[in-house]
Amino acid sequence: MMNINRRDFVKLTTAAAAGIAAVPAFGGLGQAFANTAEERAKQLSPKWTQQTTSVCAFCSVGCGLLVNTDLETKRAVNVEGNPDHPINEGALCAKGAASIQMTENPKRPGKFLYRAPYSGEWEEKDWNFCKTRIAQLIKKSRDESFEKKNAKGQVVNRTMGIASLGSAALDNEECYAMHSFMRSLGLVYVEHQARI
Amino acid sequence: MTNHWNDLQNSDCILIMGSNAAENHPISFKWAVKAQKRGAKIIHVDPRFTRTSARSDAYIPLRSGTDIAVLGGMINYLIKNKRYFHKYMVDYTNASFIVGKDFDFKDGLFSGFDSKTNSYDKSKWAFEVDDKGIPKQDKSLQDPNCVFQILKKHYARYTPEKVSSISGVSVKDLELLYDTYTATGKPNKAGTIMYAMGWTQHSVGVQNIRAMAMIQLMLGNIGIAGGGVNALRGECNVQGSTDYALLYHILPGYLKTPLAGQDSLEQYNNTYTPKSNDPESANWWQHYPKYSASLIKAMYSEDTPEQGYQYLPRLDNHKASQYSWIPLIDRMYEGKFSGSLIWGMNPACSSSDSVKTRKALGKLDWMVNVNLFQCETSDFWKGPDMDPKKIKTETFFIPCASAIEKEGSVSNSGRWMQWRYKGPDAFGDVMTDGHYFHEIWEELKALYEKEGGAYPEPITHLSFDNMCEENDHGHMEFSARKTAKLCNGWFTRDVEVKGKKFKKGQQVPSFAYLQTDGSTTSGNWLYCNSVTDDENKSMRHDASQTKEQANIGLFPNWTWCWPVNRRILYNRASVDEKGQPWAPKKAVIKWNGSKWIGDVPDGGWKPGTRHPFIMRKNGFGQLYGPGRADGPLPEYYEPLECPVKTHPFSKTLHNPTAVQIKGEEKAVCDPRFPFVGTTYRVTEHWQTGSMTRWQDWLVEAEPQMFVEISPELAKLRGIENGEKVTVESVRGSLWAIAMVTERIQPYNINGTDVHMVGMPWHYGWVTPINGGDSANIVTPNVGDPNTGIPEYKAFMVNIRKWKEGDK
Ligand code: SF4
Repeated sequence: MMNINRRDFVKLTTAAAAGIAAVPAFGGLGQAFANTAEERAKQLSPKWTQQTTSVCAFCSVGCGLLVNTDLETKRAVNVEGNPDHPINEGALCAKGAASIQMTENPKRPGKFLYRAPYSGEWEEKDWNFCKTRIAQLIKKSRDESFEKKNAKGQVVNRTMGIASLGSAALDNEECYAMHSFMRSLGLVYVEHQARI
Repeated sequence: MTNHWNDLQNSDCILIMGSNAAENHPISFKWAVKAQKRGAKIIHVDPRFTRTSARSDAYIPLRSGTDIAVLGGMINYLIKNKRYFHKYMVDYTNASFIVGKDFDFKDGLFSGFDSKTNSYDKSKWAFEVDDKGIPKQDKSLQDPNCVFQILKKHYARYTPEKVSSISGVSVKDLELLYDTYTATGKPNKAGTIMYAMGWTQHSVGVQNIRAMAMIQLMLGNIGIAGGGVNALRGECNVQGSTDYALLYHILPGYLKTPLAGQDSLEQYNNTYTPKSNDPESANWWQHYPKYSASLIKAMYSEDTPEQGYQYLPRLDNHKASQYSWIPLIDRMYEGKFSGSLIWGMNPACSSSDSVKTRKALGKLDWMVNVNLFQCETSDFWKGPDMDPKKIKTETFFIPCASAIEKEGSVSNSGRWMQWRYKGPDAFGDVMTDGHYFHEIWEELKALYEKEGGAYPEPITHLSFDNMCEENDHGHMEFSARKTAKLCNGWFTRDVEVKGKKFKKGQQVPSFAYLQTDGSTTSGNWLYCNSVTDDENKSMRHDASQTKEQANIGLFPNWTWCWPVNRRILYNRASVDEKGQPWAPKKAVIKWNGSKWIGDVPDGGWKPGTRHPFIMRKNGFGQLYGPGRADGPLPEYYEPLECPVKTHPFSKTLHNPTAVQIKGEEKAVCDPRFPFVGTTYRVTEHWQTGSMTRWQDWLVEAEPQMFVEISPELAKLRGIENGEKVTVESVRGSLWAIAMVTERIQPYNINGTDVHMVGMPWHYGWVTPINGGDSANIVTPNVGDPNTGIPEYKAFMVNIRKWKEGDK
């Protein structure tokens, strides 16, 4: 057995148990499981990381998390349940326990992608391109579909040509920003996860 | 939730119906088990045996979509056997109110129904009022037109035999359920309900919950420790994003979106500010104009509230059939939107009738999808049956920072506003969603200032700077801390309120200090008191409690909870008129002669001076609820796709007011689609799986699409366990791996076996390879008339062996 600490041991055993219980349709163990347990265990030394608290990003039980971030690379090296948190008392379910893979994941895209009309490919673009183009498109749709009055002649000042969908994945403060922004655009078709 | 997660431990009987808490809210279950160890009973009523059932004292299977039959039967039982908490019901609910002469109910329809518009004239359901406008009451509950007598008559029809014949629950199981649960109708006993989408995702979703809320009110289970009506909400911030109104019908803090014809702020306020002449009714919504003015002032700080109001768009009505999700997607499908912003969502898999939804995305000129990972929505143009060369939609995929890479607060199901701190830096080139909103707005503002366009003022006047701080380069940028302050609200000038002096820029201490005249901002009145001059209370990690608080597991100093840190809503109903708790051993609040101790009370008035349900105009819990689209009382209807032609309660087969799309076919007793279909979640995946399907540990545990069927159905269709099968409905088909299991049993409906087919809805074609596709390919575009939530839980399908050429 490799020389690893308790937290990683727990994580490895959980992952292994899950692997046995399931019937994998396509073989092979997960990447995060491949060879780095020892290295990751070493990185957990408090000398090298900063610990912050967070809240699980899956269900709304709202379990408390402890996040350790490498001081040099600024990447997360461990995420686990916060034992002081009165709801979860350190425990997490399978999703919460896998939280780190949501952030530290080789398949996670770090670039903006753009697909031109009728194209079969994504192209990488920078944020500057995206925000300029998105703003132009919003303005065009808004200006073309803006209704000052409805069929009865009542003032409505609304944009009929844009729909906003999302998002329960945002923080409260971002939700407020999104609400303000969408309503300032005159949108009336504003919906999100709570509806479905 | 009226209560919160830790509070489950205080219950004497936990009914889990419409939820699979052990698998879908796993950590919640530790608190349920804690109650069980103390001697509480857990009863699970669900179409499918799950890990929740395995840990319950009783598991009772019912056919999906028949909850109102079972709950209506419980109301009948508790009235017949006098199991209600009489004093609570008489003093705190509208059981004694006299219903007006226009109310009527005949053969499944309430009075006021218009068959042309499939809607009701709700004025027919109003209460009789005296010359002061206060509802008339008969506290003896004998008047034949009082709510209690109307309920008694209405639910007398829900006999155990009839309920059993349509739900498939045996009469013996019904008695066990009714007897065990209604035993909590005693002053010192608490019963609670844990429900989730198993109740909301029906064409009668709201009435499912109303039926249970009525039971809880009759049993005196609301406001008390271990009681309440507890919705186990889904996404980590679906509570907060609802409070912040990312929905067509509301503005932050559950204010209404303005309608056409409400031309001034005054007209708008007058429409939504209830008036009560009863001095004992707190009628909390009388403060509506303070909350609306403060919200507008937060959005448009340079304008007066009246002027800022003019920048808000108006709807024609608040009907779910016009603006909610299902009609929105239909409108997209009809080509009536040119663009869409899709934020942290994957509708190509989560929307009912996914094939239609995916086609709808192709009718847009442009679409922006913001997510952590690519998904079936961002990549829809290269999905199954799509030819990119024919799809115009200009598409953006914008990756965003993950939850641990940014700071901000989220509100859990128990309304706890919890701050998350930033750990790692944002990955790659990505930024936070807040930054994206701000920078796109900056671009637009510049464009409108330069070029002009349609009504630019709402955009150019928006006080986005209220949400920003200057960064190291001297630019304004989005700041969650500053926005949290704005959401609480600050004073915009020096003022004196309630004898206290405040300086411009000071934080408003609580919503009691908000003003109508523009002297306060508050982005959400419900969150006023969360960020004071001293601290952002959502950041608190202090587990200290008083003796009384420790006794019921309250943590008042751990983060913060809306409203004003009250942890159990309607807690004034937990005490008698002298302020003494019904259950002294589990007191939530108590009047000690000079002040309240325990939780923050629902208003600080002396005991016995106000009716306890302060958010209702009249101050009473609503057994009879004349505000809903489909009737003042829950009534049984079949799902819009169902396996029967009749049911025993009336000749009205379906909810006549349900949201549906004209012309879309539905399977009712259709031999091509003989089986009830239902959808659900597993522990290891999240919603459409757009995040979890990229996580190796989780994919190893749950690698691909499966369908659970009973051994009887497997035999009927010649299907082996582990075999590939096709599930098909009127709308489409998909493959899945058959899981033949005794967890699902056929239901005996009127003497006939009705089979159910159950599927998770986490998969999609993007990843993993061989993972399968979304179960929503087969779900229908029908929904609840109040909320518009689609009926994902009960529809009709066929299942057969997979063959070459199938999807
Ligand atoms: S760890 Fe599991 S139970 Fe806890 S919040 Fe996350 S998803 Fe929910």
